[in-house]
Amino acid sequence: MGMFAVVLIIGIPVAWVLSGALKTNREIFSTTPQLLPANPNFDNFIKAWQAAPFDRFYINSFITTLFGAGAEIIMAVTTAYALVFVRFPKRDWVFFLLLVALMVPDEVVLVPNYLTIASWKMVNTYPGIVLPGASIAFGAFLLRQYFRTIPLDLIDAARVDGAGHLRTLWHVVLPVAAPAVATTALLCITAKWGEYIWPLLITTTEDMRTLPVGISRLLDQEGNTEWGVVMAGTLFVTVPVMLIFLYAQRFVVDGIAAGAVKG
Amino acid sequence: MFSRWLRIARRDWRDWLTFLAFVGPNLSLFAIFTYYPMVQNSVLALSDYNLITRSGPFVGLRNFETVFGSSQFGKIIVNTFVFTTVSVVLLIVLGLLIALLLNQNLRGRNAARSILFSPTILAGAAIAIVWIYIFDPRFGFIYTILKPLGIPAPKWLTDPAWAMPAIIIVYVWKNLGYAAVIFIAGLQAIPRELYEAARVDGARAWERFWYVTLPGLSPVVFFLTVTTILSSFQAFDIIDVMTEGGPVNATNTLIFHLYELFFQASSPSRAAVVANLLFVLMLIVTALQVRYLERRVNYA
Repeated sequence: MGMFAVVLIIGIPVAWVLSGALKTNREIFSTTPQLLPANPNFDNFIKAWQAAPFDRFYINSFITTLFGAGAEIIMAVTTAYALVFVRFPKRDWVFFLLLVALMVPDEVVLVPNYLTIASWKMVNTYPGIVLPGASIAFGAFLLRQYFRTIPLDLIDAARVDGAGHLRTLWHVVLPVAAPAVATTALLCITAKWGEYIWPLLITTTEDMRTLPVGISRLLDQEGNTEWGVVMAGTLFVTVPVMLIFLYAQRFVVDGIAAGAVKG
Repeated sequence: MFSRWLRIARRDWRDWLTFLAFVGPNLSLFAIFTYYPMVQNSVLALSDYNLITRSGPFVGLRNFETVFGSSQFGKIIVNTFVFTTVSVVLLIVLGLLIALLLNQNLRGRNAARSILFSPTILAGAAIAIVWIYIFDPRFGFIYTILKPLGIPAPKWLTDPAWAMPAIIIVYVWKNLGYAAVIFIAGLQAIPRELYEAARVDGARAWERFWYVTLPGLSPVVFFLTVTTILSSFQAFDIIDVMTEGGPVNATNTLIFHLYELFFQASSPSRAAVVANLLFVLMLIVTALQVRYLERRVNYA
């Protein structure tokens, strides 16, 4: 029963995308549409690649995800490490500041951030896309929770052996916390790859669009006349993330579930 | 004695520098792109900011009057409320249902769970586009299966009565796997002994569900309600791609209105009014959560 429900819920849209991407226009616009393509072919993928600058979209998405998610992951790890293992007189204040940041969603600060980036003359640039979203509160919290479960003896042993904080972080904490860090990393990467509202606002020319924004432009351009091409385009956006997810899914889904239930 | 004190002081000093180096970049970015904008939002909302001159005179509450008094604002509040409430209820009910179905110890459960979770991490814009094609009243999937049955397919996205249901369906579809995963974890956290005890006492299946499962899941239901309310306030990509708030404002919500005021009406000040309102609403929801969690810690 459960499996059947899952197959139905996820399978139908997926099958419809694939079938649309593999159909010819004549089949898509037939007065008696069929569920499956009669002669599956890959013409739509070629047409989609030519209809919009997908090579640019890929490069833009790759660069902004690499730097955006990269900054987030590094800062989530260092922030969590500092909050748990490094002594500092006002550590609680820093924790409180992060808590405040956690409660402010990006959408609420959209307008001031646009004005800031505009005043820095960074509209339609990579730093303009990346900078406002490069800090991280959620991931820092997630990792802080996890780091607190690491036995202090392990850290002390490394410190007594003369390892500095960077070496302790790299050689002791990261290997122990690998699953939690990987979960955080995957969530950061997929969120950045799919980000929509900020890249939409801050980019002004076609050659700076990221994949999600670019694909919605393709829809405006081709939608209703070229469904096959548009469906092929959505696969360009989703397949890379899907592959990463399938590779890492087990412990990621476990990590998310554990985080919510243990609170 | 003195040298020992010096050694400790030096070690403290190095720890403090390390701390600042580890936390500093993150906090600096927050200062520029989160804390300062919160202040800026209030300043903008109380002035008449001009995008070209990059300044504006103080106008008191006039922007609030303009935004709250506009003819479509009531509709936008109702839309936001409907979108959030229906989405939360559907996600809780369907998420629990699927979790119960998947919770039996069958093979492939973890695979099913992961597959169901996958839409959560995919780009909302791409998902929205796929659903436009599914909903398409002339060539879509729904049309294709309804046609042989002789049932006319609704004009989902161009009919004001069907646009909001369409948006909600897509939003729920995208987030259903997340709800189910959280529910499955919640189900597994309920101690087996409780079910054994209930069974010994002669409780029927639905009684075990009502008296053991549901109370055991109440923290999960609460957690999901709060996180879903918060994320539904931020649902922009699906609405922008599928309907752009239309037809005739049928799917215009607060977050879309914020965008519309800034980028179509070029009024950062009025957009800031909406941003402030959104923030207050989200703060109230978060405060409820914190209070609830404290109660649990204190009395549980």
